[in-house]
Formats: sequence, structure tokens, C-alpha cells
Amino acid sequence: MLRAALREVSTALKEGQVSPTELCQRCLSLIKATKCLNAYITVTEDTALRQAEESEKRYRRGQSLGDLDGIPVAVKDNFSTTGIETTCASNMLKGYIPPYNATVVQKLLDQGAVLIGKTNLDEFAMGSGSTDGIFGPVRNPWSYSKQYREKCGQNSHLENEDSSWLITGGSSGGSAAAVSSFTCFAALGSDTGGSTRNPAAHCGVVGLKPTYGLVSRHGLIPLVNSMDVPGILTRCVDDAATVLGVLAGHDPKDSTTVQDPFNPFKLPSVIDVGKLCIGIPKEYHIPGLSSETLKVWSKAADLFENAGARVIEVSLPHTCYSIVCYHVLCAAEVASNMARFDGLEYGHRSNMDKSTESMYAATRREGFNDVVRGRILSGNYFLLKQNYEKYFIKAQKVRRLIANDFVNVFSSGVDVLLTPTTLRDAVPYVEFIKEDNRTRSAQDDIFTQAANMSGLPAASIPTALSEKGLPIGLQFVGRAFQELQLLTVAKWFEKQAKFPILQLQEMLDHADALSHQKISLSS
Amino acid sequence: MAAPVSGGGRLCRLAWRRRAGALHSGAQPAALGREPGKVAAAQSGVAPWRAVVGLEVHAQISSNSKIFSGSQVQFTAPPNSLVSFFDASLPGTLPVLNRRCVEAAVMTGLALSCSINKKSLFDRKHYFYADLPAGYQITQQRLPIAVNGNLSYTLCVGAKQSQMVTKNVRIKQIQLEQDSGKSLHNDARSQTFIDLNRAGVGLMEVVMEPDMCCGEEAAAAVRELQLILQTLGSSQAIMAEGQLRVDANVSVHHPGESYGVRTEVKNINSLRFLARAVDYEIQRQIEELENGGTILNETRAFDYKLGCTIPMRDKEGKQDYRFMPEPNLPPLILYDAKSLPANIDDQQVVNIDWIQERLPDLPSVKRVRLVEQYGILPEHSFTLLNEDGLMELFEDVVRETQMNPKKVIGWVISELLGHLKQYDLTVKESPVNSLSLADLLNLLERGVISSSAAKQVLEELWKGEGKTPLQIVKEKRLELIQNQRELDQICQAVMEGHQEEL
Repeated sequence: MLRAALREVSTALKEGQVSPTELCQRCLSLIKATKCLNAYITVTEDTALRQAEESEKRYRRGQSLGDLDGIPVAVKDNFSTTGIETTCASNMLKGYIPPYNATVVQKLLDQGAVLIGKTNLDEFAMGSGSTDGIFGPVRNPWSYSKQYREKCGQNSHLENEDSSWLITGGSSGGSAAAVSSFTCFAALGSDTGGSTRNPAAHCGVVGLKPTYGLVSRHGLIPLVNSMDVPGILTRCVDDAATVLGVLAGHDPKDSTTVQDPFNPFKLPSVIDVGKLCIGIPKEYHIPGLSSETLKVWSKAADLFENAGARVIEVSLPHTCYSIVCYHVLCAAEVASNMARFDGLEYGHRSNMDKSTESMYAATRREGFNDVVRGRILSGNYFLLKQNYEKYFIKAQKVRRLIANDFVNVFSSGVDVLLTPTTLRDAVPYVEFIKEDNRTRSAQDDIFTQAANMSGLPAASIPTALSEKGLPIGLQFVGRAFQELQLLTVAKWFEKQAKFPILQLQEMLDHADALSHQKISLSS
Repeated sequence: MAAPVSGGGRLCRLAWRRRAGALHSGAQPAALGREPGKVAAAQSGVAPWRAVVGLEVHAQISSNSKIFSGSQVQFTAPPNSLVSFFDASLPGTLPVLNRRCVEAAVMTGLALSCSINKKSLFDRKHYFYADLPAGYQITQQRLPIAVNGNLSYTLCVGAKQSQMVTKNVRIKQIQLEQDSGKSLHNDARSQTFIDLNRAGVGLMEVVMEPDMCCGEEAAAAVRELQLILQTLGSSQAIMAEGQLRVDANVSVHHPGESYGVRTEVKNINSLRFLARAVDYEIQRQIEELENGGTILNETRAFDYKLGCTIPMRDKEGKQDYRFMPEPNLPPLILYDAKSLPANIDDQQVVNIDWIQERLPDLPSVKRVRLVEQYGILPEHSFTLLNEDGLMELFEDVVRETQMNPKKVIGWVISELLGHLKQYDLTVKESPVNSLSLADLLNLLERGVISSSAAKQVLEELWKGEGKTPLQIVKEKRLELIQNQRELDQICQAVMEGHQEEL
């Protein structure tokens, strides 16, 4: 049951095959069994069970609120949740309990969804590994999969595995791991430069970054306001469409959401890609791309071609400037957005009381990690009067060129772009931390951040397993506000790809055994 | 409210000259500017000085809620009782622009003959301060809502302040922005208390070009602006409540040379202090330069107790505000009749033409009308507008009496206003309303009482015992005696009683 897609479990709930409480309890015990993944910062067991109970009452009365009623979901810990600690995986917000719900959280709750926990991330979503938060790194569930174990020739038990476990990607690694390890049916991530799509690719789940302005950011603790979008992580494309239907639409509390009404859609079950034009951006064929991923990418292009679609090579000429430009704009907004964390109104406050200024300085030194402080420093440098033209303005101009690249491609008749999501499959943690956060982000966001710079919708779809038995995802980028078309193409592709399901039984049995052991020891 | 300008430099000259005595380190600054030009340039052999004064006026927008949040705006509320999550900068909150604030700024821009920008932008201005929770202020640095305007104001000059001189100051721009909270320092306990009630209240910053040259001009310009804002209702503009705050940029130079280094005197909250602060600062700079010193580009505060300006310690050093576009607010687009899209919801847009058509008569227009309609002196028209409610009272009285308005104005200004000033009352608080004043003036006009008796009646009315003028006249037997026989008898009696003198 837990491995089912949201839509299937929703049907099961409606038909009474399972009750919301039972479903919630099963998810909660699976969370406990997979605790070593470190996917959750806060497990909201009590409120989740209460919400499940409410949902159960509604089902009994025949007044279900819809497809999400009773469905356990997880939310990245940078979305504000009433009465539930929201930390951004930072000392700065440890213990911070917001008095309001982010609009997207409220919308999920209004549909009867059961909030099962807040998921782990890189501090303030700054990172591409989910390794740089105060609660420690998130472990990729595929580290413990039968598929990976077999390929690696490692059948050893959990306790000896500290050298081989893999990162999830980030920064929404906790949400990706939660969905992938079956502890919830959908999760919210955030996507500023690829933070939803990157971990989705590494964890073998669907990651959707909607068009900027389609989904409210109110209550999402910002990284880069002009690029942030709430992301959706699910086990299949249909589910992503279902969740999008709930989240999308104008929010009076977010002036950057578009006013046009959004009509929730169901994806067609019979899809013809024969009339489509799929663009393959040649600039995405770069030296760092693994040969495996390249192979998966071209096989996918062939799939479309064989189905009658027109597959053409296109050019996005400013691609190579994108990541540098992204870093300048990102740092500048980070410097600005982080200015509010001064220890006065909320969050961490240093004991330093020599002066207000020294309290600010100590609070921010103690509250932020090196990555956050580094971005604040460089961002403030870019915004100095003497540097503003040279860095910020220039980066904004380049951003416009990058956005125009996409406009030109789409106006030339391309419907959807097909690219890799990441350079390669997930690497072991010990490998990953050999490079610093900045270097990693530059490598890992390479294919994803351009969609944020241009505001376009993009989705990562799990495609195939690598030689190591790890997920490889491909990315589809669509026209602005054309999520229906984007997801329709993605759904067709998902069906062809037949991505295998994560086999985690061994790990679960092991966890089971461990807990039994504990019980027998204590009794 | 005081007359248009009080205090400081009454004899404002275009050029400032060296003063006879040096400044006594601020001990007697109040005397400054009273008589500039005691020592003529030719005599002292020193070139004259010219002062340049520009102003930045922050006017709190009169609106029910704050500019980017739904919290209420109220001057007297318990500390931190009007603070939304956004005002406290809780992470994840976003600004939502208040339409009323935009309309107030458009209205003000139109009243000051500005061009209204159909597209304006919001920016973040960064600095750390305890009463600025987000660490930045949302303002309009790059592209403000209104630019290139003009403000005419009038100075009373001459020995009896009876000559009127009209001057102009160019308005550089009007920008929308957020107010900060308030810090209350307790030095004894080295604590600072923060009240965020004011944080996020809408402000219009009106930037005036440096077209003024003394404190009196600055104060007169601000007074006119204040009247305009109050007429529009875009700001209550009560300086004592901090709804109108003035920063003055002051520099001095010799004519023909380039402008001198300027200082900024911040947060002046009364017209009297504005005039004094500017004149003090001009004189201080002249003396500093004449003594071989230099002027620092610095921020100063006016100490009203000492009557001088002093450097502000916490504003030392150059601030780099690291301006950046506010990414959470799309460009502010305004429409006019031509550009207004069809089928658009009126509630969703601000129409400049619509606001223009509904602008009330501005003070300058009202003054011209008063002078033309009633034949009163221009300076009287100023007095009528300067006192809240006085013009309405005057016009009510005129309507209710047969007396010539030219005579009525004397009663209203010398007698009624004189009384009010003496007891520090506003027109609204006056025990003598327009009706009873009109009754009284009618008695005078019909010859029932004499002018001196009328003044006696007014004295009685002032006690506020609710008697009508006629009742008082009867009680006190103040009627003029019309009967010949009665007059004869009185005269006879007087003469008989004073045989000796006769």
C-alpha cells in the first residue's frame, strides 16, 4: 500500500480499503524504520494522527475533501507551518515556531492532506547535496536498495556502510528521500536553482518546478525571491499534476502570483507525441556529463523520434554564462533576505550584550553556517555602490539574455526541451564532501538553474538506473504556464521509461530486526 | 498652529554675510539669523556667502492600514499592538501594496504639478537598525511614483510682515516608502525598547531641490506643503505627532563658485525648529569656513534645547545602502483614461485622470478666491487658511451677516483669532461659534450696539455661558440709545452732577 502512487492510495481510501489513520500510522512507523536516512527534521506524529482522524470522520460521513484527503504528505522545513518548528536546518531558526502557515501548506491542509513531518535540507536551502544543514546530511534511500547493493557487490549490513552511502542531492533532499522511501505520498520542496529537480533525479522520483508566479511563495522562507518556486515531489507524473492542481493559483498574499485563474487538470491517459517538437539544447552536451547519462538522454530522444515526434537540436547560446550569473544574483538576494536575522524579533540571539551591533555580529556568526555567511558576504560585495553596475546589473542583463534564449527556442516551434537533470548519478557522501558547497552547486545546478533564471516550468522524470543501479533523471522544460503540456509529455515518457521501483525490503527487514532486538533487550 | 513662519530669520536675504560676533559654541544660538548682514561685505572685505537649502520631507500617509501589510495605522496605540507578521519581518512574509497609499501619492504628486510615472519601481535600502526589522526599507530609489513638480509658497516680508513675496521650489520627486519602528532608549539601564507600531506605515518622501536660502523660506515651503497635504487628506501632516518630518540639506558658498559641502540636519519636527535649525546651520558653516575650517559631509541633529545642531554619533561614517530591486513587488503600473484597459475591474487599477478630476481646491486657489470674492487682503487669506477651520468659520459668518466681509475679517482675525491664540485654543474648541459671532456682528451692523459694546459682548460670549449676544446686550443694557428725550435726560443728569467742573 505504501508503495502505491498517491492516486492509487486515494482510490483505496475512497473505497475504504484503508483508513486515513491506518495509512498515517503505517507511514509513521516506516519513518521510524528509515530514521537513518535523516529525511525528517520534525515528525509531527501527534498532529498527523489528529488530522488523519478528522479525515477518517469525513470519509465516514461521505464528505471527503478530494484526492488529497487523508494522504500523508511531507513539507520541506523552509515552509512556515503554524505551531510546528520551522528551522531551515539552521541554528538561526532552531526553535522558531511560526504563527502562520505558508499558503501552499494551508492549501494542502484545506484539502485534507495529513502533514506527517518537516523534511531536511541544506541550511536555508543553500546547497545541492542536502549535506550542509545543522541536522546532518540526508542519506539517499537508494544507498540501501537491492539494486545498488547488488551492483556494488555489497551485501553487508547497515552498520558497516558509513563509507558507501550516497547523497540525495539537494537542497530538498529530505523531501525527495521521504517520497522515494515511501514514508509519504507527496512532498513539498523548493526550487531556486534546481533544488527540487536535482534530488528528485538522484532519488528516482518526479520533481516538478512550476512556472514562477503560478504557485504562491507566501510562507516559503526565501533564498532568491525572484527565482524561488515551491516544488512538488511525487512518485509519478499524474500525482504531480494532482498536487499542482491544489497548489496553483493567485494568492493575494504574494503579489508575484499571476491573476489569471488556474484550472486544475487531469492528464490524458492516451497521449500522442507525434505532433510534438522536442528540442535538444546542444549547449547541454558538456564535458562533465557522464557517458551513462548522455546515453540515457539520447535514448530518450530516440524514443520520441520513434514515436513520431520531431526531435531537433536547438541552441541556447547564453547557457555557459548562466551559472555564474545565477551565483551573482543569488548571493545578492541572499545578502538582502538574510538581513532580517538579527536576533531581535525571532530566532537565535547571542548572549553578547556589549552593544546592539556586537549582538548582531555574534548572532549572525553563531546562527549561520559558512555557506550562508559566504553568500551574504559576496552578495553584499556585489551590491556595493561601486560594484552594483559591474556585477548585479550585468548579471540581470545576462539573465534577460538567457530568458530570451528560451523565448526564441519556443517561438521557433519547439514545444518542450529535453535535457539531463544532473551530470551523473548520486555520489557517495565521502566523495561529495571533497569539494566545497560552491563548487558542488556550480556543477550540480548546471542544467537546472536556467529554468529558474527564466521562470519556466521544468520537471525531472526518473528514467533509468545507472550501471551502479542508481537513478538517472531527465529534465523536461516547457513554455511558461504550459504545465499541462509539459506534464503530458512527461507522463508519456514516464510510461515508456518504465523506471523500476526502489527495493528497500532488506533495509526494512533489518530495521525491523533491530527494533525487535531492542524490545527483547529491554524486556 | 503658528503663523506661516515664526522664529528665526525674519530678514532673509539672498546673500548671507559674516556676522559681527563669532559663535559662542552654541551658547546663544537663538539669536542667530535675527539680523544677518550687520557687517557689510564691502566693509569687512569678505565676499558674501550664499546659502543653499534643500529639503526631504517625510509625510506619513493617512490610511487605515500600512503600506505593505494589513495592520492598522493609529498614532496612539499600546506599543507593538499594531504589528502584523510582515511588519515584524517574520521569514516568508511578503509585501502587498496598499492601493490607498498609491492614490495618496498620486494625489499629492498632481497637487504639486509633478509628472506621474505610469511605471514606478520599488527598491530595498539596506541598513541594520533595531527598529528596522527586515534589515532593509522598501522605498523607490530608481523610479519613483512622481517627479519634476513645483511648489509655490509665499513669504511675508517687510516691517509689518504685510508684503507678500511668492517663491518657488522645484520638487525633484515623490517616492513611496515604509516608515521604520521607534526605538526608545533608556540610557540609564542601557536598554533600547522597540515599538513596531509605526514600522511599515506608508510614507511619501517629498524631495525638494535646493532652491531655498534660509530657514524662513524652508519653513514657509514646508508649511505650504503641509496645508496642501491636509487639504488633500493624503497626510494629516501633524508635525508634533511625527506625521511630517523634515531633513534639511544645507551648504554655503560664495556666489559664482560651486556649491559647498553640505550637511544634513535630520528629523526636524516643528516649523519653528526647522527655521532655527537651518539658520543655525548656515551660520555655523559660514563661521567654520571663515575660521579656516572645513565642512564635513555629515548628518546632524537639531537640539532644540540648546538651539544648535550637533553631529549624530550613530550616523558616523559613510553608509552604503546596497540598493537592490524589491523582487517581491512587480512594477507599479498606473493608468490614465487613454491607457486604461477595457473591461478592467476599477478596484484593480489606479486611474490618474480619475484622481485629477477629484482633486479638491488647493490652498493657493482658495486664497485667490477669498481675496476676489470678499475683497480681503492677501495676508488675511493666508491667516484664514493657516488656522484649521478658520476659513469655514469666516465664510459662515459672512453668509449670516449683512456686514461687509472686509469688516468681518477684522473681527475674525483680530478679535476671535486673537482670543483663541491667547488661550491656546483651536477654532474647533472656540466657545464662540460662527452663529453667535454673526448675531453679534448683525447687532453692530444694524446700529443696535456700538463697536466697543460689541467687544464687551464678545468678552461675555467668551465665557461660554450659552447666552446669545442679544441676551447679553439686554442684560448689560449695552444698546445704543436712540430716544432724544432719554439722551437729553442723561445729559442733564450728568451736567447736574458735575456742577463744579462746569
